[in-house]
Amino acid sequence: MRTILAALALLICLGPAFAVKPEEQLADPALEARARAISGGIRCLVCQNQSIDDSDASLARDLRLLVRERLKAGDSDQAVQDFLVARYGEFVLLKPTLSARNLVLWGLPLAALLAGGFAAFRLFGRRRAEESETPAAAPLSAEEQAELERLLHQDPPKPAGS
Amino acid sequence: MIVEIGHFALILAFAVAVFQACVPVWGALRHDGVLVRLAPRAALLQFALVALAFASLTQAYLTSDFSVANVFQNSHTLKPFIYKWSGVWGNHEGSMLLWVLILALFGAAVALFSRRLPDDMLGVTLAVQSMIAAAFMAFLIFTSNPFLRLANPPFEGRDLNPVLQDPGLAVHPPLLYLGYVGFSIVFSFAAAALILGRVDAAFARMVRPWTLVAWIALTLGIAMGSYWAYYELGWGGFWFWDPVENASLMPWLTGTALLHSAIVMEKREALKIWTILLAVITFSLSLLGTFLVRSGVLTSVHAFAVDPERGLFILFILIVFIGGSFTLFALRANAMRAGSLFSPVSREGALVFNNLFLSVAALAVFVGTLYPLLLEALTGAKISVGAPFFDLTAVPLMIPLFLAIPVGQKLAWKRGDLAGAMSRLWWVLALAVVGAAVVSFAVSGGPVMALAGIGLGFFLIFGAFDDLLDRASRGGWGRFMPRLLAIPRANVAMVLAHAGAGLMVLGISATAFEKEKIISVKAGETFQLAHHSLTLNGLTTQTGPNYNALVARFTLRDGAGAPIAELNPAKRVYVGRQMPTSEVARYREGFSEVYLAIGETSGGERVDLRAYYKPYVLLIWLGPVLMAFGGLLSLSDRRLRVGAPRRARVAVQGSPAE
Repeated sequence: MRTILAALALLICLGPAFAVKPEEQLADPALEARARAISGGIRCLVCQNQSIDDSDASLARDLRLLVRERLKAGDSDQAVQDFLVARYGEFVLLKPTLSARNLVLWGLPLAALLAGGFAAFRLFGRRRAEESETPAAAPLSAEEQAELERLLHQDPPKPAGS
Repeated sequence: MIVEIGHFALILAFAVAVFQACVPVWGALRHDGVLVRLAPRAALLQFALVALAFASLTQAYLTSDFSVANVFQNSHTLKPFIYKWSGVWGNHEGSMLLWVLILALFGAAVALFSRRLPDDMLGVTLAVQSMIAAAFMAFLIFTSNPFLRLANPPFEGRDLNPVLQDPGLAVHPPLLYLGYVGFSIVFSFAAAALILGRVDAAFARMVRPWTLVAWIALTLGIAMGSYWAYYELGWGGFWFWDPVENASLMPWLTGTALLHSAIVMEKREALKIWTILLAVITFSLSLLGTFLVRSGVLTSVHAFAVDPERGLFILFILIVFIGGSFTLFALRANAMRAGSLFSPVSREGALVFNNLFLSVAALAVFVGTLYPLLLEALTGAKISVGAPFFDLTAVPLMIPLFLAIPVGQKLAWKRGDLAGAMSRLWWVLALAVVGAAVVSFAVSGGPVMALAGIGLGFFLIFGAFDDLLDRASRGGWGRFMPRLLAIPRANVAMVLAHAGAGLMVLGISATAFEKEKIISVKAGETFQLAHHSLTLNGLTTQTGPNYNALVARFTLRDGAGAPIAELNPAKRVYVGRQMPTSEVARYREGFSEVYLAIGETSGGERVDLRAYYKPYVLLIWLGPVLMAFGGLLSLSDRRLRVGAPRRARVAVQGSPAE
């Protein structure tokens, strides 16, 4: 949907994505699977929010080949990623690091879940307390009873707006 | 001339909208019924004028009137009729006109179908709706006017972006907008309820059909967009966690939460403050989505800074409406009384659980979408937040939510019996585990998470239908059929919607078992794909109405070698923009698909191919379609449309007690 919506929204022309080409693939299926997994988490720097595994851009192709070269040279997945980050900065990672700068990003959903859960817990707690503490409302005083009578026999009030 | 009539109609509509935004509120404040009752008429007039404007732009597109700048930039004489027509909203100006048309449509629909409402409620609701409409009409007229003429009309247009030249364009944006913008009326109801101080069960009943309509359209719109991306983009993905997609997912998540919390408000007078807040938040997220998509801020913060006119205008609208509604909310929230009591283990408790997880998921999507923009604007640092982030935040939040659905369905209002609910669910759970085990056996193992997902999908589906079984068999099996048929539509709707969620989970989990081949094939070559084989017969060229295509002709054979289908994936180059697109070829087998897309060709007989076998992939979209169907069924439940649900419910509940 990305290309369609991006095209719809911003009128940007993106070509059809063919991405990984047959000749790019590594002979070793295990190594190729690792290359695909890493590529899925690396951003194509000239695209909008596309991974290099999905992108047709020539830069993405260069990066895919680079990933495969490093893997062939014996790098671990982490080493390949670190290499790309050292070269292109954190912008290249589609999954931001768990750094202090990204604390809000990673922490907010969790904090909201805890806070929301706590609020719901309080809601039940308060209600249970109310339920046990106030078994029945106090009877109306004579004055209140008269007011109630008056209200019940009055015409419905006009809509209040202010 | 017709274009000028449209232009003039839009300006008149703006004037009517301003009138409709002010006069009924003034009337309500002064208790002047005459002024208040002008609102429905103004709403109908406003809709008629916007429809006229829209029709005249459509006419300009259909006749390829290139003296209109908008038509020149987005159309071409060779374009097939359907794309000339749907091209009206395939661009910024036209899609904003559609936005305004749908705003006016909902206003007019409320004016027509909600005559039962108190006059002041109807008047103020339509006034708020018209404030939104007036703001967006001003945006159209002053920054994005689709009716501007060119002094020297060119002979040929620049054509529509080829990616958009697909029947999907005729369906996806209107549905999506119907959903997204449909929540405006829920927002207007909420604002009116706050202004008039009438936040009660009647409010929940009033907005329910409108929330449902918007939710159904948004569900279908998102599913349609996902399906379109699946077949259009050539690698068979269905969701990319792109900011533009997230913009539509956020209101869907909170809208779904709203649909559930409004039930609690309607039946039990509880969660009132929260429900109103959700109504406000949902449309605020729609507005935010519009800002993200329309301002150019997504391409980069800098692109926004270079040409900020449109962006700033929408940002201003955003601030006024979101700020205004939250201020109103803050002023009135104290006046709302806490509702009735319920235990944590109850239907209400389950719905609170639902709301918690849906809202936090919406927040996760919100943070993931906006954080990079904010960080760049504030510190200049650039980070990317993509699929891996959402897979770790929003997706896991859905798991407890889905697990809780079958349990929640079984709990009674006010105080439920967890042990009783679970006693039936053990069977459902056992069936789900058996289902996952059967799948695991059939595919000879697989990722544990995918199998767990399949178990979860089955749990949802069996759990949903067990609810019907349970209700129908409660008084012995003898009266099973009459009882089954007596189950209220709204309950059947719930069962279908939840089963739809289960189908979707199944489809998404099954993607783990897809087979992919990226190979270079020569004419005459045959290769295996899952239990099929494919042969490339050759490459041919083809000429379409406004494109030239290179077509690869494949024969698909089953395991025994018998041909079952001819598949012709192609590459097209459109004449207008000289832009290539890829046309995939698919073969459907039950709910599974064989999916082919071609890339570069060489020597006239060799082609790069991406071939997939995607098991049960269609369930990903059938699930949401079933959800939406559930919504429609619920909408057709008379008890919820007419104003007296209490009596009807007593009558229905009376029968099992016989």
